[in-house]
Amino acid sequence: MEKKIRVLVAKPGLDGHDRGAKVVARALRDAGFEVIYTGLRQTPEQIAEAALQEDVNVIAMSILSGAHGHLFPKVVDLVRKEGMNDVLIIGGGVIPETDIPALKEAGIAEVFTPGTPTGDVVKFIQEHVKA
Amino acid sequence: MDIAKELLAGNRLALSRAITAIENEYDEATEIMKEIYPHTGHAYVLGITGPPGAGKSTLTDKIAKAYRSQGKTVGIIAVDPTSPFTGGAILGDRIRMNSLTLDEGVFIRSMGTRGSLGGLSHKTADAVKAMDAFGKDIIIVETVGVGQSEVDIVKAADTTVVVLIPGMGDDIQAIKAGILEIGDVFCVNKADHDGADKLVRELNMMLDLDANSMMTSDETKKALQDQFHHLSAAIMAPTTGWRPSIDKVVANQNEGIDVLLESIHKHRVHIETDGELAWRRTKRTRDEMLDILESDIGRYVKKRIVATGRIDGYVEKIKNHETDPYSVVGELLQEMLK
Repeated sequence: MEKKIRVLVAKPGLDGHDRGAKVVARALRDAGFEVIYTGLRQTPEQIAEAALQEDVNVIAMSILSGAHGHLFPKVVDLVRKEGMNDVLIIGGGVIPETDIPALKEAGIAEVFTPGTPTGDVVKFIQEHVKA
Repeated sequence: MDIAKELLAGNRLALSRAITAIENEYDEATEIMKEIYPHTGHAYVLGITGPPGAGKSTLTDKIAKAYRSQGKTVGIIAVDPTSPFTGGAILGDRIRMNSLTLDEGVFIRSMGTRGSLGGLSHKTADAVKAMDAFGKDIIIVETVGVGQSEVDIVKAADTTVVVLIPGMGDDIQAIKAGILEIGDVFCVNKADHDGADKLVRELNMMLDLDANSMMTSDETKKALQDQFHHLSAAIMAPTTGWRPSIDKVVANQNEGIDVLLESIHKHRVHIETDGELAWRRTKRTRDEMLDILESDIGRYVKKRIVATGRIDGYVEKIKNHETDPYSVVGELLQEMLK
């Protein structure tokens, strides 16, 4: 019996910058996780459905366009509606400190802003994932 | 959730959870497989293989769409490599298939190789069965980008499509052993690039030589097939009396996909009518049973030996050259099988 943490790394919204998402994906890979990378410009519906088909333990979203307040909670809603209640959902990107409490309220377990060492993300997942 | 029952009832999350159980070798996986097995055997399994960057994911996306337009449901298993050092993986095949995500007739699952060497593991075969029992008409297995010897896909697929691209090497590459021997259908992707016609010519030459050689006379093949029956790990012999077609496509422009689908269909009809499909499936069943037997016995014996707590003592003795691993294993087995 070999458990493997599976993480969906997704880019919701319309900004076309996935450098950060790729760096995080790579760090998660090196931590021994299976990372499913879906590419740019995903709708919340696509992210939720991919999470279901891939049976991931974690959804990690990156957003730089400022639409996090709308898109992150939408993904949480859709994922929970599908019956995936154990999935850890985290976010990152250019997100003002003042927005973070509301995101956490909406079910985003943690928000990582620019400058976060990738090791912190890995550690957070290892400590909080329900596998 | 009763995974097997829910899966058979069409619950997508149950299918997803079943594949996880299979991948992680949870104890419940065996029970799930037992329950869904009677419902398998209806899907047609297509293997897509080829070197990294040949366009397998893009092609899989387009083939899946073409089948969808015929009203068929599609399951996709996309395999990418697992790091041998960390056990981690980046599974990126979905990037090329994003427009299929919200199509309810399609289910895509990415899998890491997790240490299997032939490019596929028996877990892939069980994941195929889960999708089959779920009711998918066509199941596409997209392999990891292969080198020259990852040929496991033939064991799992009814029709194997080998995807190649121009500019990958000289003509001697085309006569080497390995993946070029396993194609039922060849596909030259990126056919708008220089060298596509040359590649088609070289493949044609290779296949025509093949057709003239002893190896492919039907008699020899039947003999080979009989022989293969006795070798559990042996690869399928190539299809009897079938000359693989070579189709040029430009997958990202959706060019040539219809012709490719037609070739796949022709191969399917061929193996259905001459009994080859039945033979392949019998062979597959046999191999699977022997594989399960082997791995279960191995696991059982190992567990019992580890439980005796004597392993470290043996290792120490072997290290000091007081004995050798062959004798130790011989002794242990004899003890166990008494």
